[in-house]
Amino acid sequence: MTDLTARTEFEAPPAFDPSGGKVTATPYHRTRGMVRSVVKHLLLLAASLVMIYPLVWMLVSSLRPTDVIFRTPGLWLNDLYVKNYTEGWNALAQPFGHYMINSAIVVIGAIAGNLLSCSLAAYAFARLRFRLKTLWFSIMLVTIMLPFQVVVVPQYILFNQLGWVDTFIPLVLPKFVATDAFFVFLMVQFIRGIPRELDEAARIDGCNHWQIFTRMMIPLMIPALATTAIFTFIWTWSDFFTPLIYLTSPESYTVPVALRSFLDSTSGSNWGAMFAMSIISLVPLFLAFLFGQRFLVKGIATTGGK
Amino acid sequence: MSVLSELSHIHVDKARSAEDRRAQRRAAGRDNKSGYLFLLPWLIGLFVITIGPLIASLYLSFTEYSLIQPPTWIGVDNYLRMLHDARLHNALRVTFTYVIVGVPLQLILALAIAVLLNQGMRGLAFYRSVFYLPSMLGASVAIAVLWRQMFGVDGLFNQVLRLFGFEAKTGWISDPRYALWTIILLHVWTFGSPMVIFLAGLRQIPGMYYEAAAVDGAPRWRRFTKITLPLLSPIIFFNLVLQIIGAFQSFTQAFVVSNGTGGPSDSTMFYTLYLYQRGFGEFEMGYAAAMAWLLVVIVGALTAINFWASKYWVFYDD
Repeated sequence: MTDLTARTEFEAPPAFDPSGGKVTATPYHRTRGMVRSVVKHLLLLAASLVMIYPLVWMLVSSLRPTDVIFRTPGLWLNDLYVKNYTEGWNALAQPFGHYMINSAIVVIGAIAGNLLSCSLAAYAFARLRFRLKTLWFSIMLVTIMLPFQVVVVPQYILFNQLGWVDTFIPLVLPKFVATDAFFVFLMVQFIRGIPRELDEAARIDGCNHWQIFTRMMIPLMIPALATTAIFTFIWTWSDFFTPLIYLTSPESYTVPVALRSFLDSTSGSNWGAMFAMSIISLVPLFLAFLFGQRFLVKGIATTGGK
Repeated sequence: MSVLSELSHIHVDKARSAEDRRAQRRAAGRDNKSGYLFLLPWLIGLFVITIGPLIASLYLSFTEYSLIQPPTWIGVDNYLRMLHDARLHNALRVTFTYVIVGVPLQLILALAIAVLLNQGMRGLAFYRSVFYLPSMLGASVAIAVLWRQMFGVDGLFNQVLRLFGFEAKTGWISDPRYALWTIILLHVWTFGSPMVIFLAGLRQIPGMYYEAAAVDGAPRWRRFTKITLPLLSPIIFFNLVLQIIGAFQSFTQAFVVSNGTGGPSDSTMFYTLYLYQRGFGEFEMGYAAAMAWLLVVIVGALTAINFWASKYWVFYDD
């Protein structure tokens, strides 16, 4: 599936209606088709409601005192209990913004690392011919499926001996050596959809591979790079396991670890403030989803196709 | 092409004759230097961050190591210990339940909604966003916090039940009979990402197949089982394999919901959570490494079985 090359057209053409739009010409069929459509929409709307309600309810509840949260399943707000936010913001050793900044540093580092290292490797796999390429490519595909727990213990020992525990280095450095092989694969798929004639023309004009890569490939790969950046953002922002084992002092906590230590310290008594900080931690994810959705959908379609 | 079909088609690249091979080698020689230069960061990562640690953890699995003193060789003791570790067996049971129930439920829901949405619906973009959003948030601690509230004794779920006149006094999170099921539910809630993959696959099915079937008067269900399912089978296979691998590694939700304990009474003790407790709680690095290798063997075996079984149900039309 290489239709990523249609860069301006993100929505695929309307699918053919398998319910047989073309044979429902008679009034009887038309009515039946309408009833069917109404039923379908009701079903989907009900499903949407069930899916989204908890999120909306958490947002509304973050503006209620804790005792009200535990009695009110509805969404009606009598007044805005903003105290949850001010309390939650200052509930830990550092103001919550501190952990947001930590997370932002890690996320930016991870995005930069993935964009750089994965695009280099992808260009090699998609365009260059070199010895043992098939072998390396197969290994790359296998590492996508390798459970990371099997390498986490020695990695921890390694980073511990280098004195990097409780720094952001173990969270960011691996991204600069393309350990998120999934994105290498995503970019390989994308580059395969770019006509080779472009490369050949550039070769004839005397460009070397580095020039082709930096001047031609990178600009053409922007949709794939955007997909990578957004996925990296979402996954790194919510990553819990890695910061949990590497970040030991509260000053270096990222948002997920801070949230969890908040949950621990209040032992679930101040749910209002918990919800408020949870909502704050979800806002960047939500925005990334909102503005990046088309890239996510497109990217996932490229790698998941047959 | 997905990761999986790439893997199974990899031999196609091989040259057929000696002549081809020579020609290929000649051609291949051309970019050797640039090829390896571009690949350098990835190669460093592969050896330093992946293969090195992979070998090291195999070695460590035969040692006792607490980070303070150098590892001491104890042979297969860690593996023997796993045979008698009742908590490990429980963790395997919990994880298998989660995978065997959660993954198919999630995929069936994803497929059903994708098929529904693919029928030229109005508001497709809206529904897709609504269903996709939870899968982008689902891995976060914030959602696990929400789940803890929702399925507590006075949580949202019981409040809603009370609205409908139920007594609803069960603490779903604190009752060992139900705690795991709340996490399975959370997994099902994130059906959006396989759904998006299914949707992309459904759009690749040429409309003429359905037109021909409609002309022949094939009923709807027939069209689904005879056209949609076979043509979508590579994507179902892709989702199945990747979701199983992913589900075996679930950690965050069980950790937050149970406050890191895997409780109540180990009912949410996922395999990775137990591994974390042994390795990073008790610093039994050798035992944790052995557990990690068992995980790789299990996941690898299941993936191999999946690949083998795919011969009988996955249909490649190329």
